[in-house]
Amino acid sequence: VGDIIKQNLNPDGIDRRGFLQCMAWAGTGTLCVMQGGVLRSFVFGTDTNYSSALAKTDFAFAQISDSHIGFHKAANPDVTATLREAIAKLNALPHTPDFVLHTGDLSQLSKADEFDTLEQSLKDVRTGQIYYVPGEHDVLNDNAAQFRERYGKDTKGDGWYSFDHHGVHFIGLVNVLNLKAGGLGYLGPDQLAWLKDDVSHLKHSTPIIVFAHIPLWSIYPAWGWGTDDSEQALAYLKKFGSVTVLNGHIHQVMQKVEGNITFHTAMSTAFPQPAPGTAPSPGPMKVPEDKLRSVLGICDVNFVRGRHTLAVVDSTLQAESTAPAAASGASQ
Amino acid sequence: MIRRALAISCLFALVGIAAVASTNVRAHADDAKLQTVSVTIHNFSFNPKEITVAKGTRVTWTNRDDVPHTVTSSQQKFRSKAPDTGDQFSFTFNESEAYAYFCSVHPMMTGKVIVQ
Repeated sequence: VGDIIKQNLNPDGIDRRGFLQCMAWAGTGTLCVMQGGVLRSFVFGTDTNYSSALAKTDFAFAQISDSHIGFHKAANPDVTATLREAIAKLNALPHTPDFVLHTGDLSQLSKADEFDTLEQSLKDVRTGQIYYVPGEHDVLNDNAAQFRERYGKDTKGDGWYSFDHHGVHFIGLVNVLNLKAGGLGYLGPDQLAWLKDDVSHLKHSTPIIVFAHIPLWSIYPAWGWGTDDSEQALAYLKKFGSVTVLNGHIHQVMQKVEGNITFHTAMSTAFPQPAPGTAPSPGPMKVPEDKLRSVLGICDVNFVRGRHTLAVVDSTLQAESTAPAAASGASQ
Repeated sequence: MIRRALAISCLFALVGIAAVASTNVRAHADDAKLQTVSVTIHNFSFNPKEITVAKGTRVTWTNRDDVPHTVTSSQQKFRSKAPDTGDQFSFTFNESEAYAYFCSVHPMMTGKVIVQ
């Protein structure tokens, strides 16, 4: 795990070691705040600075991911129950999210009844709207036709789109289609051309939030945790002062800062996956039943306008009593 | 009584050997049409990753993972649906060539069937 953030090649003053520490603790409920490129972290709910940071929130939205409705194996025999718990967690947030992003793998096998169950459950979320991007499990046998029919009627191409909210530009990308043998996630030339055009009219000071299923940074290519042509997409975003990339797919919290771009992956609402390279494969990971809810959760993001501050808070369905194993390796 | 049972068992065994032998002969005679080979999908990989088979061989893939995988020809010669745990996909290879394939859901999973 300690290898994920390699040496700091950019003389930008960002304390990546500190960020790594934050990464390791994020899953247990740490508030990570970016302020002018400097990362600050507060322990969730115990630090008074945490409350003051939240008090200045201009608007908030939330991210959930990887619900895998239809999955019923040992790693979690009741994924609908844990999704409902995640919804309860969303509804109990200190700031009601203006909207919720679901970053893919709504279903396990792209089945109509799985999507139906997800939609029925998400009706209970107290928020303005839910935006979706597909995961590879949602597009299994029909090249995303059903997914677009249900969730992407106003989208472009294979389902990508953008919208503006309180001066922040949000971009939903699709990187689970037309995958190439031996490759990773894939955006493709049509989507890249659209992205280039979509951001061309924006001021460089516009905060940008990109969301897609598979990570847009290379986390662990041996397990497919990366996107083949993400470098090209990120090149179009380099001129902007604040870019945040939100992904799912790997069922665990990871963060990285690279120049002006902050990357973040969310927990699943269904089951955990192993840390990179710690198991024979990235398949669903069975943890003791009483630990399951400490590795599932939601992510909410609080945006403070004028201060270029984005507070990303990951919180688990249930508090974990001990620190994760990654914490010890992260401080080395 | 016991002796008769043993004798009958031996007879069945001999018939069994004869049946296998004749199957082999027929397989060669009919371009090995009855040959079948199995590939297991486990831990996000095809096992064995590469196989060499005779023309006419039917290859069956079985998914032993908790996630769906596909068997997709890189040259678009065949494409399975996404079999769930325990599901199978079969394809009979009638041309002598090397067939590269991958899982279209997890494309880092690749394999090859060499048909001779």
